[in-house]
Parts: sequence; C-alpha cells; structure tokens
Amino acid sequence: MTFQEELPIFLQLAEQLKEGILSGAYPEESQIPSITEYSVAYKINPATALKGINLLVDEGLVYKKRGVGMFVSSGAREVLQGQRRERFYEDYVERAVREAKNLGLTAAEVTALIERGFEEDGH
Amino acid sequence: MAIEFQNVSKHFGKKQALRDVTLRLEEGQIYGLLGNNGAGKSTLMKVLTGRLIPDGGQVLVDDIPVSQTAALSRLFLMGEENLFPASMKVKRAFAMAGQFYPDFDADYAKSLAGEFGLELNQKISKLSTGYGSIFRLILALSVNTPYVLLDEPVLGLDAEHRDLFYRTLIQKFSDRPCTMVISTHLIEEVAAIVGHTVIIRAGEIIRDAPTEILTGEAYTVSGPAGLMDAYLTGRQVMTQTELGGLKTACIRGQAPESVPAGLEVSHVRLQDYFVSLMREEERK
Repeated sequence: MTFQEELPIFLQLAEQLKEGILSGAYPEESQIPSITEYSVAYKINPATALKGINLLVDEGLVYKKRGVGMFVSSGAREVLQGQRRERFYEDYVERAVREAKNLGLTAAEVTALIERGFEEDGH
Repeated sequence: MAIEFQNVSKHFGKKQALRDVTLRLEEGQIYGLLGNNGAGKSTLMKVLTGRLIPDGGQVLVDDIPVSQTAALSRLFLMGEENLFPASMKVKRAFAMAGQFYPDFDADYAKSLAGEFGLELNQKISKLSTGYGSIFRLILALSVNTPYVLLDEPVLGLDAEHRDLFYRTLIQKFSDRPCTMVISTHLIEEVAAIVGHTVIIRAGEIIRDAPTEILTGEAYTVSGPAGLMDAYLTGRQVMTQTELGGLKTACIRGQAPESVPAGLEVSHVRLQDYFVSLMREEERK
C-alpha cells in the first residue's frame, strides 16, 4: 500500500517538471520557467518550488546557467524514459492486475483491453 | 534581524489574551499565524505594532523595542481598520502613504489598483467590504517595510480576487523579500504559501515550526471500522470520525511506509492537522 496522490508539494512539482520533459513541452537545452514563475503559477512558497526543482538538478536532468536561468539537460528525456520503463510494471501493471482481480476480469480479457488501447490511441 | 516576543503577557480584565508568549519571527520568511476566534492572533499583532501595551515582557524589532518609533517604521499591519480619513479618495491616500512610509511605491500601488479593479477616484468610505480589503492589501503590498503583517487579508474577497492576491503576494515576496505574517481562517488557501506555521490557542503559542514539519507530525488512515479499531489500538489518535462503516482517523506520529491490507494511508493537510490539534487540546 502506497500513498495516494497527496504527495508533498515539492515532489508534485518535480513530477510535473519530469512530465513536461517527457512530453516534450520542455525540450532538451530549452529554458524552464523560473522559481518565481513556478511559485506564482502554483501559489506555493518559493522555497518549496526551489526544493522541487533542485531534485531535478541533483538528478542531472536540469542544470543552472548562472545569471540566466535553468535549462533541460541533453539526454534528460532518455534518462526519464529509462526510469519510467523500470517502474512501468509496479506503477501500472501491478495496479491494473489488482483492480482486474477485484472486478473478476481474466488475464485474457485484460490483454484484449490493452490491445484495444493500443489500437484506439491516436484515433 | 528578527521580530522577538519575549515572555509577553496581556490581560483584558480577567481574560488572559496572551500568556507568556516567546516567539521569534525570522527575516525573509512567510509565516502563517493560525488560531481559532479569540485565540489571541489580533492581540499578538497589536502588541507588535505598539497599538496595545503588554502587561509583561517585551517585543523587539531588529533589537529595537516597539515602544520606539524606529521599530514601528519597520512594520506595517494590515488589519480591519483604515489608517486614512474615510472621506479621502483612494488616489490621495496612495499619494500620502509615502509620508509615513518612505519606501511606499505609489506607482506599484496604482498598477495593482488597475489589476484588482479598484477605482482610484472612489472615496475610502464608499468602498464595499471586498474593495475595502483590497485597498488595505494594496497598501500592505506597496509599503516595502521589512515586516508586513496581514490580519485576515482576504476578508470579503471573491475567489478570483483571492487568487490574484496570493499570486501578487508571492511575486512581491520573490521580487523584494521581506517577512510576511498572514493570520487567517482560510488555512487551506495559505497552506502551500506559508513556509512556517505558528499556532496560537488561548493566548499561548502551542506550535511553531516549518509547515512541512507540522504536517509530518501526523497522518490519516481510513478503512472499515473493524480493521481500523484493531489498527488504532496502541496508537495516539488525535481525532476519528465514522461514516457508515467507514472510519477515518488522524494519528499522531510519522506516516508508516505501509498499512494492513484494506486500509488507506494519506498525508495530513495543514487544515486537518490544525483541527485535530485543537480537538486534542480541548480534551486535555
């Protein structure tokens, strides 16, 4: 049993930033919004925003250019994709299987649903 | 540099409004001052700004006692009352504020008035409750004193104006850091903004810590009553509620990594922590 969505705010911010890098909203070598812009947009204490962004700095996903701002590192997207692939099983498969069992769905039925998902995505 | 309350006490007749309050408000922080009605929040702010004289103890602003003008000029209190004559127009008040507060930024005040839709030619006495609050908020955000105290800042403001106010406050704080103290009943709205929380009850400071430390002092677990009763045995329950067969409890302590199957654990929000703490105190 893990926590529900109510993560500490700085972690939520870090997750959103990662999401932005993965989706391409923040391309590699592009500048990300400043601490002030994040704190105003999300209505959070600037220290909290700094803490969230520093998580990405520590992971090497984002780097600081002194006096200019913060930029997405080259290769950040690939690193994140790698992390997400490793977590895919526990984040999505385990949960889907647990819910499927609650609902009485068989493995074959779930497989069929996944195939349908692949077919319908992008239509 | 800080505001320091040293063993401050204040009575009103038999009622002890402040009881041996010792508190330090550091520079460059946004503080939340939380407490129920009559807990002493306003008294604390009034003692700080010299509007009330304490019966005991003293208050220092950057080492200067608040009985001296030099200390008071470093503070601004936005409260319910107006500092200007009621017949004065908003724009005249903005023009005059610089006489009392040398760093008052009249241009910034005017631009904020535009953003909030506050009419500069309106008389202060003719402002609605909401716009009266907005007028005082704009003063508070434009004075540029090292310490700004906001007593129920969003009283009468609609949701859109509250949102604009919080954003403006954070922008201001980022552009020109100062110490802000926000006293409010709307805890949820400021929970992510106040880096440090002070909780006052019956004239005493009962909590004073970074907000994330406070909300880390407790957690919430919910699930079927039977399972919950077993889980709660031997734990320090702050509050519990039951709805049908579903029980939810706020438990003191650090949130566990996992709970037995069938139960859900979640972080406690500042408002829930506050309510649980008040109930816990009442039982003492």
